[in-house]
Amino acid sequence: MNAVDIAKAVAGGKMSALDATEAALARIKQHDGILNSFTEITADRARAKARVIDADIAAGKEVGPLAGVPFAVKNLFDVAGLPTRAGSKINRDLAPAKRDATLIERMEAAGAVLVGALNMGEYAYDFTGENVHDGPSRNPHDTTRMSGGSSGGSGSAVGGALVPIALGSDTNGSIRVPSSFCGIFGLKPTYGRLSRARSFPFVASFDHLGPFARSVTDLALAYDAMQGPDADDAACTTRGLEPTLPLLANPVSDLRIATAGGYFQNNLFPEAVEAVSRVAKALGATRVVDVPEAARARAAAYVISTTEGASLHLDRLRKRPNDFDPAVRDRLIAGAMVPAPLVDRAQKFRRWYRAQFAEIFKSVDVLIAPATPCTAPKLGQVNFKLDGVELPVRANIGIHTQPISFVGLPVVAVPVPLEPLPIGVQIIAAPWREDIALRVAHALEKMDVVAAPAPRGL
Amino acid sequence: MAAEALDDYIDAVSKALALPVEEAWRPAVRANLEVSLRLARLVDEFALPDETEPAPVFTA
Repeated sequence: MNAVDIAKAVAGGKMSALDATEAALARIKQHDGILNSFTEITADRARAKARVIDADIAAGKEVGPLAGVPFAVKNLFDVAGLPTRAGSKINRDLAPAKRDATLIERMEAAGAVLVGALNMGEYAYDFTGENVHDGPSRNPHDTTRMSGGSSGGSGSAVGGALVPIALGSDTNGSIRVPSSFCGIFGLKPTYGRLSRARSFPFVASFDHLGPFARSVTDLALAYDAMQGPDADDAACTTRGLEPTLPLLANPVSDLRIATAGGYFQNNLFPEAVEAVSRVAKALGATRVVDVPEAARARAAAYVISTTEGASLHLDRLRKRPNDFDPAVRDRLIAGAMVPAPLVDRAQKFRRWYRAQFAEIFKSVDVLIAPATPCTAPKLGQVNFKLDGVELPVRANIGIHTQPISFVGLPVVAVPVPLEPLPIGVQIIAAPWREDIALRVAHALEKMDVVAAPAPRGL
Repeated sequence: MAAEALDDYIDAVSKALALPVEEAWRPAVRANLEVSLRLARLVDEFALPDETEPAPVFTA
């Protein structure tokens, strides 16, 4: 059941919040042995919260738009009573969080019920969903394949229909990549839109939080519930609420939609080309717009990520290097060694590149681009062959997402249900226009061009 | 940069930052640093006016 249907049934007294919660817990019990998407199941807390909602309904009190909707969060969100492990071994020694992350508080204020914390790539420096400490979260359509990272558990849990909504983070693609591989919808909002307060960081310049769902309505419902300023996150906007749900069904015929050209049309497997072409065709998008210097933008995003990540973890690298995933450790150590002027230049280039997008958005409302170059690779797969050239998988999964999050543009990743595996497409809008990206995603859903397929691997 | 010169650089920064690099990790650290520097060079090569501000701007 989708979130909107659960909330309607619960608010209307047709289903109890406790029943909705028990059903989610039962699904997790049945399937998560295989999917490995959860690292913590907060069953007691969930049942207690559900009982409160049911009591409120029985007392005739008003309940929120997510009443009784089970959800789960990537384990870099603070959950009161749990150490925030952020996919690591080291953070398990942290004191338990005293207070939930802001976004959990907002979801629960709207009536949602937290059922657990989700597996992720160590410290979010990952595109595969594999985790050396907890084992990989698995793709719900083929459990021998990657869920995508770093919000792998979020992709796996929603793709596997264990929960209708999950929250994750996206620094370079970590919401959009698992959405693509697991065949679900994901929203990476504008940089600064949703509060990151009480979540474990990675790259302050690029860190975003956002929701995953199996329908655009559910995605908008969760997103709207989480909006709003928050003094506890220095980067969070002071803009007021800009609800998207009431605008979802507005026509898209007045929007100027183009496909991103050049860089975004290269390094693609035929599935990605097919997915972008289906979306463009459905939207009548014939124009192709070049994004200048996208390859350099990806390079600058890489440099800023590796250096800010290294700065964040410097002390842990000194004291507990052997407790890291070795691959993450060696990337971070290298990041600590990049000369400072090169990082400053990357941040200056970022301002220049931002101005290029401002120019593009004068004549375009929406850009279409691939979310990943390929469908989900096999777990442990190291290389893939593209146009006859052997390329490393890890380094290339995020090449089409990085130049977009680099300048904080809002993106809805929409799933094109190809056989045997789904693949995502990025619907990119101008800063602060999540409403437009969601509207286009909704139109594509109505046209049956995009949809979250039932899990095929369970 | 030749592998040897990069190894010297890794040793020097490792000391300056008090950041240990065990011999077994060195090949992976070097390979990652080569990638980071190659990508940084791509950014470095792009000429920008002296007046260009970095993307993050401090607000007092």
